Amino acid sequence: MIVTRDWLLTETPASRGQAAWGRRYRLWLQFRRNPLAMAGLIVALSLIVLSLLAPVLATHDPGVQELSNRLARPSVAHWFGTDELGRDVYSRLLYGGRITLGMVVAVVLLVAPLGLAVGCVAGYAGGIWDRLLMRVTDVFLAFPRLILALAFVAALRPGVTSAVAAIALTAWPPYARLARAETLSLRRTDFIAAVRLTGAGAGRIVLRHVAPLCLPSLIVRVTLDMSSIILTAAGLGFLGMGAQPPSPEWGAMIATARRFILEQWWVPTIPGLAIFIASLAFNLLGDGLRDVLDPKQDG
Amino acid sequence: MRRYRALAATLASVPITLFGLILITFLIGRVVPIDPVLAIVGDRAPQDVVARTRLELGLDRPLPEQFIRYVGQLAQGDFGRSVMTSNRVSTDIARFFPATLELATAALLVAVLLGVPLGVYAAVRQGSWVDTVIRVVCLSGYSVPIFVLALLALLVFYATLQWAPGPGRQSVMFDGMVEQRTGLLLVDAALAGEWEAFRDAVKQITLPALVLGLSNMAYIARMTRAFMLESLQGEFVVTAKAKGLSAATVIWRHAFSNILVRLLTVIVLTYAGLLEGAVLTETIFSWPGLGQYLTGSLLNADMNAVLGATLVVGLTYVVLNLLSDLMYRVLDPRVR
Repeated sequence: MIVTRDWLLTETPASRGQAAWGRRYRLWLQFRRNPLAMAGLIVALSLIVLSLLAPVLATHDPGVQELSNRLARPSVAHWFGTDELGRDVYSRLLYGGRITLGMVVAVVLLVAPLGLAVGCVAGYAGGIWDRLLMRVTDVFLAFPRLILALAFVAALRPGVTSAVAAIALTAWPPYARLARAETLSLRRTDFIAAVRLTGAGAGRIVLRHVAPLCLPSLIVRVTLDMSSIILTAAGLGFLGMGAQPPSPEWGAMIATARRFILEQWWVPTIPGLAIFIASLAFNLLGDGLRDVLDPKQDG
Repeated sequence: MRRYRALAATLASVPITLFGLILITFLIGRVVPIDPVLAIVGDRAPQDVVARTRLELGLDRPLPEQFIRYVGQLAQGDFGRSVMTSNRVSTDIARFFPATLELATAALLVAVLLGVPLGVYAAVRQGSWVDTVIRVVCLSGYSVPIFVLALLALLVFYATLQWAPGPGRQSVMFDGMVEQRTGLLLVDAALAGEWEAFRDAVKQITLPALVLGLSNMAYIARMTRAFMLESLQGEFVVTAKAKGLSAATVIWRHAFSNILVRLLTVIVLTYAGLLEGAVLTETIFSWPGLGQYLTGSLLNADMNAVLGATLVVGLTYVVLNLLSDLMYRVLDPRVR
């Protein structure tokens, strides 16, 4: 079997696999036409590669201080200059990327399955379960995200783990809402009725037939949400409630460097730029994905 | 009849949400590893003082009983005492909240005055380069960390260009000059006829309001664009055009007035979202609002203050959400 363009784009696929891959290829072709989305994809992938390769790419140890060379301007030796303790900002950014992206991955892994499960169960079971679960989501949605996260972290102990837990706790309700809405519209369809007639139980229907169909809109939402997770994590770090110094987390880097904004403006600005670029990349990517996967949803 | 039932359901959900809000803040308050007693009496207090304070706070009672007590206190507007300021938390919040309200309102003005025209323009020119530029600007607005934007604004407009005054809500020379009535400095200064102080307050609020407004403009602009695109496809727009009306009349009188109700609900929701941005903006601009109170209490592990502020923000959120929902029901004839 040779995978060629023709094989993918055929009007008469010979197997289910061929049809599925053909559909994915068509979506990719559509996605590729959007230059902004492609830019987002490329930047997001580069950020992931840069963070993974941080030990190889870093020119200095991110923790080593060189007090005689504090707050240096960007130069050949220190590409992005040095911070208030003479640490190399470029190397710290690379390692900081690991923390930020790691937090994003951790939150998404916690939140997406939970939201999907809650939403599918609420939507499919209906009745009292639906009302109960949706009330709980409403309560969590009644707090602004950062503020609830702040209160949680304050109750636990400031740090990366608490920050991840706090962000996850505030991030799942929109997913549950989304999955519930999709499930409600799927529940009454003929093919679900057919599956039920063949004797499939509720668990099987939800897991094998409903949940997979919620995935496209969930993926779009996750991608768009990644940028807001990055911003919340950075905000927590900046307020001293996320990653703690000397950790090179971007928000924490800005917090320790903010008093130099008027003199050595590049020291807090460079990590700020990193947050902006990462968050923008995921926004562009999510925006492009939405056009392809979920055209009816906007806003 | 149906309309009233839906309305009743909406209203009935409010107490349940409130109950949930209170339960969450209560539970957060109980999982703290910091002993609330030690936070008050200090760790060198004699054993009997510690024990007595524990009894006074009711911490020896079972959790459900503590919760009922907590709800009872809240019902009387009692959030407990702040360890940091040693005032009642409710007194503190009453003092700090107006500053946040003022900042958020000014920022909302910025966001609406910029976001709505941009959204309309993008919709009218859908697919053109203008639309793309506005799209990128909006996505950038979503993506920029507000505290970085605020720092850069201070660097450029305060330090370099010297167009804006430094951080703070009031210049030192006007401090305490205006009699407090509403707590909203602009309103108080205007009421007192202190126009010098009023002008000073306007200068002080401009930069933080711009920063907060710009980063929240994106949502309004995007929703305006989406609503307008839909509205512009309506047959009444075709009719209006066919009648020979000018483009401006078609866009503003016919298409735009049809999206007003939905836009209003979006604007109210943005107002709620501004509270979150206000926390970070206030820390940078030394704005003496609820956000600064909250972060200050966080760093001092002052849990009563943290939970009180969180609860007040949550409450404001619920009220605004309800308002947006009710407005939609009352104003939009299709929902009736």
